[in-house]
Amino acid sequence: MADLKRTVLHDLHLELGARMVPFAGYEMPVQYPAGVMKEHLHARSAAGLFDVSHMGQVILHCPPEALERLVPVDVGGLSEGRQRYGFFTDQGGGILDDLMIANRGDHLFLVVNASCKEADVAHLRAHLGDVVTVVEDRALLALQGPEAERVLEALAPGAAAMRFMDVAVLDWLGVPLLVSRSGYTGDDGYEISVPDDSAEAFARALLADPAVQPVGLGARDSLRLEAGLCLYGHDIDRGTTPVEAGLDWAIQKVRRRGGARVGGFPGADRILEELEAGPARRRMGLLPKGRAPMREGTALYAKAEGGEAVGTVTSGGFGPSLNAAVAMGYLPVDLASSGTRLWGEVRGKRLPVTVAPLPFRPSTFKR
Amino acid sequence: MKYTEEHEWLRVEGDLVVVGITEHASTQLGDVVFIELPEVGTVAAKGDEVVVIESVKAASDILAPVDGEIVEVNDVLVDNPALVNEDPTGEAWFFKMKIDDMSVLDDFMSEDEYNDYIG
Repeated sequence: MADLKRTVLHDLHLELGARMVPFAGYEMPVQYPAGVMKEHLHARSAAGLFDVSHMGQVILHCPPEALERLVPVDVGGLSEGRQRYGFFTDQGGGILDDLMIANRGDHLFLVVNASCKEADVAHLRAHLGDVVTVVEDRALLALQGPEAERVLEALAPGAAAMRFMDVAVLDWLGVPLLVSRSGYTGDDGYEISVPDDSAEAFARALLADPAVQPVGLGARDSLRLEAGLCLYGHDIDRGTTPVEAGLDWAIQKVRRRGGARVGGFPGADRILEELEAGPARRRMGLLPKGRAPMREGTALYAKAEGGEAVGTVTSGGFGPSLNAAVAMGYLPVDLASSGTRLWGEVRGKRLPVTVAPLPFRPSTFKR
Repeated sequence: MKYTEEHEWLRVEGDLVVVGITEHASTQLGDVVFIELPEVGTVAAKGDEVVVIESVKAASDILAPVDGEIVEVNDVLVDNPALVNEDPTGEAWFFKMKIDDMSVLDDFMSEDEYNDYIG
């Protein structure tokens, strides 16, 4: 796998028996010997450790409000030590990337998608100027699941006292860990930014707890799919708006019409209009009848025979915790209501699928 | 046992050929979550897609290794697709075919040849 970058945990992945695949320019573990199904269920029942060091970590030395020129999110009102989900929008109201934004007091700390990070940094520099520092010397780990709190608290006291979306620096044997109580599985957990030179030792310390097992990208995908969370480049991209994607909850009142800092971000005209008038289509959950997964690209129809496709599956697979096939995709609003029966065309056959609310299972965040 | 380049194993049982996938294939596929079997009585030509396997990762097909009639399918797999991961070369056979000329099996790989093939 020439030309692929490696994370600082590469040797550990190999030692753990990972199967490595190319992903967003990196060589990443797609699964360990336990396999996707067991890794998924373990992360739901105990704790899963994910290497997400391929994601971009970015520091911004600017007033929080400055970032509001690029995201439709209330950054100015974000308290120190708190984090918020957001997205960069383009002039057409599409999504350039989704990201986490943390207020660290004297700076903002962003986590962006691996596949978008170079474009994001260029975008930030073009609009905000010389305030952008890319963090190149820290790994990023995610510890997710019901045992995560106990495991991290034992190593880095203070973790248990954090609430969902809190951000703090915790000490592990003299190593400063930048910890947020967040993640992308729909369950309680933490994302931990750790200096490169301590990352492997810290990962081993987590794995030393019998509750912790490594989890690869395969299960990361099925976990986030069950949680109804978007994967950039699949469920959201420049062709989808935040409102269509059902991400309107992330656009706080202060940035909407009637708010004190309304608009001012790319694509505001379309997004603000859609917030009031409603979008023409919406991202919805899809529950195929039977166990056959309806994967990305599956065409959706309103009838068992004939007619034009009404939508396409943007993410789909098997949900181990639900023991059922799950998918999501965009539907015209007249079909985007729970319980609507549609058909997805799989291998030339139209199979029944029911529109469902997202997420497929309730989140277990510690609010 | 004989082996195909598509990672199927073929076992002769009287005048029938029993078809399944190898341990190597089941490991590569990952956890199997769905299997669609052909109907008994299907007359398949070599290379026809006769079984659909969906794993947590992807969909793949099993091809008919030779011309013949499918005379029995392993319905157990429909309710318990994970059996393909647990016992790929034993309980998790997919179908049995009746073929005219058993000598066509001579063209397939032996176990040693297959092991060399997968390296």
